[in-house]
Amino acid sequence: MSEVAGKRARPLAEWLERRVGWRKLMHESLDEPVPGGSRWAYVFGSGLLFVFISQIVTGICLSVYYVPSVDHAHTTVAFMQKVVWGGRFIRSLHAYGSSLMIILLVLHLTQTYVYGAYKSRRELLWLAGCLLLVLVLGMGFTGYLLPWDRRAYFATAVGTNIISEVPFVGPFLKIALRGGAEMGTLTLSRFFVLHVFLLPALIFGTVAVHLFLFRKAGAAGPPLRPEILGRLPVRPFFPDQVVKDFFFGIVLIAVLFGLSTLVPAKLGPVANPTDSTYVPRPEWYYLPAFQWLKYWRGHGVLIGIVLIPLALFAALFGIPFLDRSPERAPLRRPLAIGGFLLILGGFLFLGFRSGAEDRRDPAVRGKIVAQEEAETEYTKAPFEADEGPLALGAATAQAPRDLTPEAAKGALLFESEGCSACHGAGGGGGEGLVKLWGMKDRFEERQLADLLRHPRGAMLEGGMEPSKLPEPDLQSLIAYLRINMNARK
Amino acid sequence: MTSDVGSSRRSFFGILVGSVSAVVGVIMSIPVMRFLLFPVFRSGEEAGWFSLRDPGRFSGPGPYRAEVEVRRLDGWRVSTVKRTVWVVHDPQNQLRVVSDICPHLGCSVPWRDDERIFHCPCHHAKFMPSGDLLSGPSPRSLDPLPIKIENGSLWVKYEVFRNLVPTREVIG
Repeated sequence: MSEVAGKRARPLAEWLERRVGWRKLMHESLDEPVPGGSRWAYVFGSGLLFVFISQIVTGICLSVYYVPSVDHAHTTVAFMQKVVWGGRFIRSLHAYGSSLMIILLVLHLTQTYVYGAYKSRRELLWLAGCLLLVLVLGMGFTGYLLPWDRRAYFATAVGTNIISEVPFVGPFLKIALRGGAEMGTLTLSRFFVLHVFLLPALIFGTVAVHLFLFRKAGAAGPPLRPEILGRLPVRPFFPDQVVKDFFFGIVLIAVLFGLSTLVPAKLGPVANPTDSTYVPRPEWYYLPAFQWLKYWRGHGVLIGIVLIPLALFAALFGIPFLDRSPERAPLRRPLAIGGFLLILGGFLFLGFRSGAEDRRDPAVRGKIVAQEEAETEYTKAPFEADEGPLALGAATAQAPRDLTPEAAKGALLFESEGCSACHGAGGGGGEGLVKLWGMKDRFEERQLADLLRHPRGAMLEGGMEPSKLPEPDLQSLIAYLRINMNARK
Repeated sequence: MTSDVGSSRRSFFGILVGSVSAVVGVIMSIPVMRFLLFPVFRSGEEAGWFSLRDPGRFSGPGPYRAEVEVRRLDGWRVSTVKRTVWVVHDPQNQLRVVSDICPHLGCSVPWRDDERIFHCPCHHAKFMPSGDLLSGPSPRSLDPLPIKIENGSLWVKYEVFRNLVPTREVIG
């Protein structure tokens, strides 16, 4: 810095210093002593903060166009995804960011646990961290519903049903969370408020407490006995650790940008509550819990979904109180580390097991593949603006409330008879599927009945089976088909 | 390590972290700004033609109030809004259709039967029965809209103009 420039800059710096005290602030935040110096193992906490900030920025962006009501949520998300510049990218950043948060949380927790960094007066710090884990899982659960596509709707329907299995208070909790017995627009409003106001506010507060307690206790350093740790050289947080954290942050941003560009998030067709054949699957980080629930029946449910998870959470939150020995070296803590690995392995096992079971069952597998193809197809289709109450015809394929009672019955039959497996949801087709929309003019009502009873030519080759429905049911199905085949070109 | 080396090392990394943050911040803000400013740069739609039916019904001195239903893409929805136009006669007694939007600050201009003029209630711009400017703050006369006679019907193209400027500039 030249002398003249220096002279000019100094009065401003002093003026600010006297009012803000930023030198002390910088010293406090940058010169935090790190026993044993910087390590790559310490970068996950800062990484979480990076991604959390990205979630805030992208989340605010999404809320500029989003409308939290059953009538508009899906349309507004589709509008962002398909019309707004960079919308697909911003939405993908937010979607992948949520998964990245979970991954980083697990890594941060693992590092803290393996290093025994919850010991020596860090109980509250650990508790704040555990609370953040729960809050972030809550963010994942509530945010998942907001696009109101099929995947979101059914995953949340199952998720909120699980809550009602809790003895005594379960049914009450479920209704309170849903805002009624059924999933609907009140559910969406509640999840929106949780996702956008309540949980973020709690996260902000808890992050502040977490950081304050971290600074109060000081960096724990490597997993060594206190007397050895005391002899290690102490280095300031800046620059070494800051540069490592910063580099990790850049890598995270690159990963998010890369994924969002190369494999953008998809949006499925709008939620259709009458679709009784949809195979719901939660987001990947809830798969272990999803799989776990399959093993518990009858009276065992109480043990499986209440007592064991409660015990797990109690152990997670309580570990600094249960494990009082000052020993931090992982190899000298076989019980603590063994238990941790067992649980982590259990989670991984359950998660992979869930995927494997889905792949093994051809019916489920086919259905999941068809669902994913319908999502790809819908994501590619051009945006259709919400026509409001004027254009009922265009909406019938998706909105069963507009169907006649007979056609509504037909809509259920269309799903239960497996028609959608080859013709897509509502006959809307999909990748490799045969679309029925726009075919109305090709067949008379009687011809349709004949074709359903006696498929021919390409229909047989495509694997269509003759319908064995009783005549009245067949008529209902045809009533639905006639409306849907007319719905869209 | 002397304190001098330590201090220059610290400022080197300070500048490095700061400048890379700035670059990354700018890169990240591009998609965000595009996303947020999208409605500003989205090209508007071409205005549509609306039928005012038989032009014979406007043969009296007028002016006549007529409504057109404008269907437009409003973000993620299609909305239908009613707009008022005035069917008047120009000094040569030819049919003319003017927008009721005041070229000053966009208030809707009503016809005052007692004064026999269009009188804007906001800032008192006054227009003659032909729509031409009489007095007041408006920079120009009420905006004439393109019209045509087709199949015995009078058609009007509903356009919106930039306000506060003396020349007509279509903005939607």
